[in-house]
Amino acid sequence: MSVGLEHYLILSTVLFSIGLYGALSKRNAIVILMCVEIMLNAVNISMVAFSRFITPTLLTGQVFAIFIIVVAVSEAAVGLAIIIAIYRNRETIETTDIDFLKG
Amino acid sequence: MIGLDIAFWVLAVVCIAAALAVVLLQNVFRAALTLVLCFLAVAGLYVTLSADFLAAVQILIYVGGISILVILAVMLTREVQNGSPSNKLRFPAFLVALLFVIVMVYALINTSWQVSTAAPLVPTVLPLASKLLGQGGFILAVEIAATLLLAAILGAIVLVREK
Repeated sequence: MSVGLEHYLILSTVLFSIGLYGALSKRNAIVILMCVEIMLNAVNISMVAFSRFITPTLLTGQVFAIFIIVVAVSEAAVGLAIIIAIYRNRETIETTDIDFLKG
Repeated sequence: MIGLDIAFWVLAVVCIAAALAVVLLQNVFRAALTLVLCFLAVAGLYVTLSADFLAAVQILIYVGGISILVILAVMLTREVQNGSPSNKLRFPAFLVALLFVIVMVYALINTSWQVSTAAPLVPTVLPLASKLLGQGGFILAVEIAATLLLAAILGAIVLVREK
């Protein structure tokens, strides 16, 4: 059986769930950001696969993937800046120790 | 065609193994390096999907940009020796991820996709440019994306600036 749309979608699902597990279960804020990037990449794979197999001549999926990349870059820049700012104030980036709002 | 299939399987295995390494490795710096490998494998997957422009963008932005940012943040925060421990939600998170895979794969396999047999556009740079910037395209979204990038850069500078 040659590789088709389902293969790419299942790969994307597995990659997304790995990122989801990491984002939910890790304590280091940088590792959580890395897992979010993995999830965004998984979504991009499925976008490009839909674009390739369902509408090969329209490329709308690839345009969406470009916008997802733009948003992912902004998120990474601001997220890492926030992490570094928190590290300056609290000397830690463990999410269980960052509890300013806990009464 | 058989070459594309072999490339897909190799890249898929590398991609998932690298993503698992990001989650499972205890050394944060090594996790960041395997994240770079994962991004490279995704770029290869774009090539097998005949998305040449996106593959180049993936390498330039993710492999060249985001991974540098992540490694810089790892170095600035000196958290390497603490490792990347899990929190109390490890088992529920695993259950949620497993449930997500099962539901999604079930839905994917039982959907009849209307797969088109038309040949993909090669190269994609010119049609993508006319799609983004041409008549009836995404020009408003492109402008908004530019504004978002500017806001993100300014926000990052303000956040990390020394008082």
